[in-house]
Amino acid sequence: MDLTAINPVLLVASLMVAATPLLLAAIGELVVEKSGVLNLGVEGMMIVGAICGFAMAVESGSPMLGFAAAAAGGALLSLLFALLTQVALANQVASGLALTLFGLGLSALLGQGYVGVKPPPSPRLDLPGLSDLPVVGPILFGHDPILYLGVVLTACVWVMLKFTRAGLILRAVGESHDAAHALGYPVVRIRILAIMFGGACAGLGGAYISLIRVPQWTEGMTAGIGWIALALVVFASWKPWRALLGAYLFGGVTVMQLNLQAAGVAIPVEYLAMSPYLVTILVLVILSADRSGAPAALGRIFHASN
Amino acid sequence: MTDILLSLSGLTKAYPGVVANDDVSFDIGTGEVHALLGENGAGKSTLVKMIYGLVKPDSGEMTLRGRSYAPAEPRAARADGIAMVFQHFSLFDALNVGENIALGMEQPPRMRDLADRIRAVSETYGLPLDPFRVVGDLSAGERQRVEIVRCLLQDPKLLIMDEPTSVLTPQEVDILFATLRKLRADGTSILYISHKLEEIRRLCDTATILRLGRKVGTCVPRDTTARDMAEMMVGSSLKTPQRAGRDLGPVALELQGFSAAAPSAFGTALKKVEFRVHAGELLGIGGVAGNGQDELLAVLSGEIRGTEGSLRLKGADIGGLGPRARRAAGLLTAPEERLGHAAAPNMSLTENAMLTGAVRERLETRGFLKWGAARAFATRIIAGFDVRTPGPDNAARSLSGGNLQKFVIGREVLQRPEVLVVNQPTWGVDAAAAAAIRQALLDLAAGGAAVVVISQDLDELMEICDRFGALNEGRLSPTRAVGDLSVEEIGLMMGGAHGMEVADV
Amino acid sequence: MIVLEKRPEPSRGWSLATPVVAVVATMIFGGIVFGLLGTNPVAAIATIFWEPLFGEFAFYYRPQLLVKGAPLVLIAIGLSLGFRAGIWNIGAEGQYIVGALSGAAIGLAFYPAEGWYIFPLMVAGGALGGWAWAMIPGLLKVRFGTNEILVSLMLVYVAEQLLASMSLGLLKNPEGFGFPGSRNLQQYPSAHNAELIAGTGMHWGVATAMIAVILAYVLLNRHMLGYQIRLTGEAPRAARFAGVRPGRLILFCLGVSGALAGLAGLFEVSGPAGQVSIDFNVGYGFTAIIVAFLGRLHPVGILLAGLLMALTYIGGEIAQSSLGLPASAIQVFQGMLLFFLLALDVLTNYRIRLVQRERS
Repeated sequence: MDLTAINPVLLVASLMVAATPLLLAAIGELVVEKSGVLNLGVEGMMIVGAICGFAMAVESGSPMLGFAAAAAGGALLSLLFALLTQVALANQVASGLALTLFGLGLSALLGQGYVGVKPPPSPRLDLPGLSDLPVVGPILFGHDPILYLGVVLTACVWVMLKFTRAGLILRAVGESHDAAHALGYPVVRIRILAIMFGGACAGLGGAYISLIRVPQWTEGMTAGIGWIALALVVFASWKPWRALLGAYLFGGVTVMQLNLQAAGVAIPVEYLAMSPYLVTILVLVILSADRSGAPAALGRIFHASN
Repeated sequence: MTDILLSLSGLTKAYPGVVANDDVSFDIGTGEVHALLGENGAGKSTLVKMIYGLVKPDSGEMTLRGRSYAPAEPRAARADGIAMVFQHFSLFDALNVGENIALGMEQPPRMRDLADRIRAVSETYGLPLDPFRVVGDLSAGERQRVEIVRCLLQDPKLLIMDEPTSVLTPQEVDILFATLRKLRADGTSILYISHKLEEIRRLCDTATILRLGRKVGTCVPRDTTARDMAEMMVGSSLKTPQRAGRDLGPVALELQGFSAAAPSAFGTALKKVEFRVHAGELLGIGGVAGNGQDELLAVLSGEIRGTEGSLRLKGADIGGLGPRARRAAGLLTAPEERLGHAAAPNMSLTENAMLTGAVRERLETRGFLKWGAARAFATRIIAGFDVRTPGPDNAARSLSGGNLQKFVIGREVLQRPEVLVVNQPTWGVDAAAAAAIRQALLDLAAGGAAVVVISQDLDELMEICDRFGALNEGRLSPTRAVGDLSVEEIGLMMGGAHGMEVADV
Repeated sequence: MIVLEKRPEPSRGWSLATPVVAVVATMIFGGIVFGLLGTNPVAAIATIFWEPLFGEFAFYYRPQLLVKGAPLVLIAIGLSLGFRAGIWNIGAEGQYIVGALSGAAIGLAFYPAEGWYIFPLMVAGGALGGWAWAMIPGLLKVRFGTNEILVSLMLVYVAEQLLASMSLGLLKNPEGFGFPGSRNLQQYPSAHNAELIAGTGMHWGVATAMIAVILAYVLLNRHMLGYQIRLTGEAPRAARFAGVRPGRLILFCLGVSGALAGLAGLFEVSGPAGQVSIDFNVGYGFTAIIVAFLGRLHPVGILLAGLLMALTYIGGEIAQSSLGLPASAIQVFQGMLLFFLLALDVLTNYRIRLVQRERS
């Protein structure tokens, strides 16, 4: 084995790439959960986003159009979840599972013609001078725009939740839908919008995997990242910056184990591949005591009786 | 009181199977405190929801200062100067006072300015409030202040108050009334919803009485006796519970130095609770909501584990036993929340009879259930306690509040408890059912059982109990015989001044 | 304007009718999807639902119905207990794998000895393996309050890696010319879960599934534990008040569902599949979630739903070869079924009313 083959600068840069799909999906889900809705369909929305984005990028030749299609696809699928849980008042856990199972099938169906196809490359930020700096250049200034979008989105969600009236109303709806309804806020409408935002983010995250991280299309390629994103929201205790931190941590674990695999460490590949999932469980165990940020109405069904 | 602020005429609202309001008309004058009086289910809340824009009337109309008024949503009502203080369900525990208030306003100022205005208004009306405290940590009285201040910041023309005193100590009621009188003097009208007749007589200028959705009368409360108003409200003469003379037996239940940690972030810890209740005795435990009532019931029923101190039933230590073993030993309980705690809403009455009856009524043998016996037990409860329902196969949620409460109390009483603990036995129950429940509790005590009644309704406790104690922040005052107590003393007990020791902080 | 109105009583009629309506709606919309894919919708639906039962080769497909249905029913019965109590084990796929691995490992350890005791030991090992795998989320939930949904799901991915590692390493057939995968248990009589009656598809797994249906029915309807499970799902606070110990209930439900999933895995690996291989698991653990809901979490319903779902699997395979319908189309079809079921479920507890838009 040869650990010197691991370049720390490239490691950090690729860690950020590995973290971005997680971050995007987690930020979306964070907003959804803040509104009091638990959408377990993140994995399904991600994989549908992955194929929508991939197909659009291949057909149009533009990765950015691909990302737009991915967001639209994710949002559209989440609308199904919104209909089920907000209109038909179905159980959120069951509906989320249904969304994931359906999304996995749908993406496989949509992706039939795209196995083995290469997507158009995404543009990278190229600031003359800055991007060429040693160490700092590749880490901070050498990425694709979506990676920066993820960070910007985190900041926006933080500002929105903490400082704006829209954020206050969103938190209020998630805290007690009955009280929010009594004050005249349209609980269902707000939640549907939040769910669709979450769907769009998950779609973007999925497309990031199929267009930039991997980049190609294979069935079931999200491989549980949607579920890890759900765990990440708990890890972050519903705070945006902690979600960013968590995503980078998980990204680090993923990239590290891939590097160790490549470096030929004496641990069997399968056990290395398990590590992100085991780390997720470990983190969940450590952090499940802290539910301070958890919205009180999370997962409850709202029906404005009388 | 010359000009009319809000005039209602012919308001009707029907829900499937029930007419909530039928052709209700009355006027509220400017600067008037107008009482809306009626039993639970008389249609008071539907009526105010129509005024506040939460519900639209099927027919009839409202005029506000001479102009047609039909709010599409609460926002519109607030814009027209109508504000409402809710009984519950309108505060957000995890948000702070300022955020809660901002949510109730159309154009809230910046948080810093809002905080200043909150302080200003709360000082003017004698309602001290810290804008940056988290609402979940506040007492019931303070929570109500948040709602009132939220309304006052909008400079309302009409303030609707839904059962505002049910969560207050007598002293806090006095403070509230002072605030309301001040508002009236400033020209604000108040629609005051209550079923507490003495309060209405003290405060209100006019009263409109509803029964079964219809207006059945108007009166000037000061000139009408409470009894007359009550009879208008109920529609028949009331039966006062009969208490038979009883001999006290030996101590049935005894708590010593009994403590328990708070079960949740916004729950209350119990601190060294002590009392003893004899066979044949009714002990009343009063106190403002949220001072440990739910927790006390839960530790007695065995739902909350991990308590300190001793809990003895007829001398035997039962502190380590779970709910089923306690039932077997003779300690039965009935929690406050009927749907979801005392009963499972979607399950049939037979299944709900099984819920607590399995042990003492022998509804199971070695784990296998005897549904026939459970059904017979449910039928016995229905017959014995006049529960109005087609039969034991109906779901608990299909019963009205009063009927379900009769079922819940009946289920425990019929199991012949040694000690029965009930929490809020008549909350949200119509007067006839409440009277029946109180009578059942008295009869149970007369039969030799010890009964502990936890209630926020002081009148109820004074009416049926032999001894009285009050919970305050998880501490129980020493219990005293009811006959020796004055209203002031009760207020002090509820407020936490036990007159016995320096509070340990 | 359409308004939902809560029924005073859950409607029995709708509760029975929704699965049927959902199946019909799925057939219609599924047909549309198949049509969009360029397949004749009527032919596709007929192939899926008719061909396996009454077509030319029905003699071959009918036993397959039992073979495919048994693991689904077995797993779904276990899941339904937890789902009823609001305990969400969605990692049955992982428990299925671990059950198969541990059961097969016991059998392979005895190779080439023959003995009547080997298969029963494997069965016990399979159940124990699935049980142990499910105890991980169970104990973590009881001890630390960790979300069992996420943990049980994470453990599916871990189990898949474990499966890969085992079929490439420990359990690899030493006489397999380096190919991944274990010895074939079908060729090891003492460890083979053979058909009990030749040509019927009836193996020990099918028998166990039937027994599980009956026991679950008795448990839920006649036993205190089943009552406590239902009560916990309907009203957790009321359950606590009645004396239910939530921790024990969580361990019981997760344990039973894990053990049943493990059994399903063992019967599969020692019977129809025959060997431990990288692609041994085919998603029964997830499809069983659909089966559990489609069967309304009722044992008899699950039995019927399991057979129906097995039908779509088999019919889907036929449609794949005869009509060129992609395999994923069936997955979409199954997902759609769950959607319709959940959406229509609202009718059980609510009534839809049309009201005239009120004046404003």
